[in-house]
Amino acid sequence: MYKSSNSTCPSTFVIIFLIKDILPEEIQQQIVRETFHLVLKRDDNICNFLEGGSLIGGSDYKLIYRHYATLYFVFCVDSSESELGILDLIQVFVETLDKCFENVCELDLIFHMDKVHYILQEVVMGGMVLETNMNEIVAQMEAQNRLEKSEGGLSAAPARAVSAVKNINLPEIPRNINIGDLNIKVPNLSQFV
Amino acid sequence: MLVPSLKVQDLIEEIRGAKTQAQEREVIQKECAHIRASFRDGDPLHRHRQLAKLLYVHMLGYPAHFGQMECLKLIASPRFTDKRVGYLGAMLLLDERQDAHLLITNSIKNDLSQGTQAVQGLALCTLSTMGSAEMCRDLATEVEKLLLQPSPYVRKKAVLTAVHMIRKVPELSTIFLPPCAQLLHERHHGILLGTITLIMELCERSPAALKHFRKVVPQLVQILRTLLTTGYSTEHSISGVSDPFLQVQILRLLRILGRNHEESSETMNDLLAQVLAVNILGRFLLNSDKNIRYVALTSLLRLVQSDHSAVQRHRPTVVECLQEPDTSLSRRALELSLALVNSSNVRAMTQELQGFLQSCPTDLRADCASGILLAAERYAPTKRWHIDTILRVLTTAGAHVRDDAVANLTQLIGGAQELHAYSVRRLYCALAEDISQQPLVQVAAWCIGEYGDLLLEGSCEEIEPLQVEEEEVLALLERVLQSHMSLPATRGYALTALMKLSTRLRGDNNRIRQVVSIYGSCLDVELQQRAVEYDTLFRKYDHMRAAILEKMPLVERGGPQVDEEAKESKEEARLLEAAPVPTEPQASKLLDLLDLLDGPSEDAQHPRPLDPSPGGALVHLLDLPCAPPPAAPIPNLKVFEREGLQLSLSFVRPPETPALLLITVTATNTSGGDVTHFICQAAVPKFPAAATGPQWGHSSSSGWPSDDPAPQNPQS
Repeated sequence: MYKSSNSTCPSTFVIIFLIKDILPEEIQQQIVRETFHLVLKRDDNICNFLEGGSLIGGSDYKLIYRHYATLYFVFCVDSSESELGILDLIQVFVETLDKCFENVCELDLIFHMDKVHYILQEVVMGGMVLETNMNEIVAQMEAQNRLEKSEGGLSAAPARAVSAVKNINLPEIPRNINIGDLNIKVPNLSQFV
Repeated sequence: MLVPSLKVQDLIEEIRGAKTQAQEREVIQKECAHIRASFRDGDPLHRHRQLAKLLYVHMLGYPAHFGQMECLKLIASPRFTDKRVGYLGAMLLLDERQDAHLLITNSIKNDLSQGTQAVQGLALCTLSTMGSAEMCRDLATEVEKLLLQPSPYVRKKAVLTAVHMIRKVPELSTIFLPPCAQLLHERHHGILLGTITLIMELCERSPAALKHFRKVVPQLVQILRTLLTTGYSTEHSISGVSDPFLQVQILRLLRILGRNHEESSETMNDLLAQVLAVNILGRFLLNSDKNIRYVALTSLLRLVQSDHSAVQRHRPTVVECLQEPDTSLSRRALELSLALVNSSNVRAMTQELQGFLQSCPTDLRADCASGILLAAERYAPTKRWHIDTILRVLTTAGAHVRDDAVANLTQLIGGAQELHAYSVRRLYCALAEDISQQPLVQVAAWCIGEYGDLLLEGSCEEIEPLQVEEEEVLALLERVLQSHMSLPATRGYALTALMKLSTRLRGDNNRIRQVVSIYGSCLDVELQQRAVEYDTLFRKYDHMRAAILEKMPLVERGGPQVDEEAKESKEEARLLEAAPVPTEPQASKLLDLLDLLDGPSEDAQHPRPLDPSPGGALVHLLDLPCAPPPAAPIPNLKVFEREGLQLSLSFVRPPETPALLLITVTATNTSGGDVTHFICQAAVPKFPAAATGPQWGHSSSSGWPSDDPAPQNPQS
């Protein structure tokens, strides 16, 4: 499962729990809160592992994170996992996201959190690593998305419109239309392009 | 009127548009109300959208439990879109603690047996994330069937689901064990990865499974070899290494299978030699990537228990890592450095660690200080070095040491007579500079009190000559007493030290008497009591003062402190580490020793092997409550006489070993008749060492019957 930060925080955090037992909700929230404070403080040239009994009420979970621009990907694992392995896993996950979303950015993750979940389900399942082959994961996601689209999907009509718009070579859209004394501001259509 | 519901993206936009937390809450509450209404109305077309919105809101931390039943409905729907969101909702909102979770079992069962690949994948994923024990039991056979399905996508998920099921319901291992061997023949990495995880889980749970899977070691070795040499498939490689995840899993499993088993280990050996070894870990320590250094330190820490000498080679590099600005790294380096200290490198290492102590972050200070003290205790080459080290630690990080450091140091100093002058001088100088570090102040006060006369004598070869006036010493102690930084315990130390100085210094005692009487009205009860008692000592018992305030006797390390003078002044006893020797239980144990004729004793008291203790404590075995034990030869004691049976104890201190006291029990029968069933058992209290020798002599003149069973010595 993953949790994301509030909109009030400047960086986006994606926190993924990779542990055997399900943590109760309160502990999850506690981890999320502590993570913000701790990870934000870290310099860029120190190691990516956070551990110590003081974190998360003295349990043996550790946090392994990677920083990409304004995004932090944090994996919460227990002591049986290898730290460098998890770093590699984060890399695989992010690259997969990149392929699925085409140059993924923060907004993609926020607006399509369900898709992020589905991709995550292909990489990690039940707290264990399932698949690390990016091509397979991407192929699977595309197949499922096609299935959804054929049924109608979450935002079917706009989705079809968007894909239609993408295929049209639109000329340069003017920002303002000046006709004599009239000054019409063209609304920002960038979200559809 | 049907209000068109917000699309998910629109809701997210609105939430992000909120400028304050309150505004956000308002938006969300309004939307949740809509969603609830929509759920009540049971609108099937938009249900998935409503649930998607609810899940977003849930991710932000708001309550979303009213969506649980909707998840069930969505999962039961035939549309893939609905199922997708429904299963996601089930994973996020439902878990074992909710009663509703069992209701999806049936849907999962249907999906597992009849659904398309994607649907089966969803169901397996949900099951492995939140499946409870009951669900696992119900669905075990379904999952087992899926292990043999043609589609690798479903099989890899089924394997990992099996792992989860075994964790929840260990009895299911029997179902999932047989397919493993066949699954290992797969070429698909995902399936292999899952299978190896499954085998590891099975082996960890049952030794029989472990034996069974030893057979597959050759196969595992083959897979690993292929991975290392040719590279199974280029699409799995990360940074040039082909499928490191699979390699690591195989290595982990090999480790479990090879443990304590010759044959498997043989098979693995030459392959493993190609893989990393301890020597390479040292190279990792020099790597510029911090993460690699961290992992190298962690691995070395684990190795140091089993292969100490190999890790010693890397000691200089480890010590360099102490200087890291990164706290995670320096913490690991500290732990490893402390583990690497041994008798040959203790001086150098302590030097480094003390340098580190001065500059390290506060959360590491306590660990570093106690680590240094522990290492010093174990490996100190000389007593003087030990005292110096502890002194330096107390000066640098006094606030962070453990409480028993003070006691340890006083005991150490007390035991090293040749170093009294040196210690007191150094402590005096340290105290004069800084009276804020409480442990240091306490030790210094005690020392000055005890050895104040040596301080004033002025000459000591090991340190430059220091001219100290009596007035300065008294002034310093008074400063400690008055300082607001001093803890009550510290003040107690200072007051007692002042008192002791009254017998050590040559000048008159008016100043001391003044201070003592001032504190007689102190608000702190402890101090007040001490001051009043000391004042009484001055006024009424001045003739006893010198005897009471005599110097402490030398103590050997490891033994309990002996408080031979002044049982009346309990304050002295409080300064010592161990409790004063309890004399009451001694006396009663002594009587038990002699209760021999009250029938055969049922339970023999087995004296345990004990450390040798100072001679003084042994004497306490016989110390009856009032009389202080004499150090002179002890006369024979007749301790028991009843109905003609006499027992007497005689004491001999062999001249070669003055710490040893030999006690001989002589039993004499002066009655006319025979004494039968004579059993002699020695019960000794814990701390003195006692060894009962095998020599039992019979003297026939007392009339023992000849077939008397030999007296039982429980220790021989």
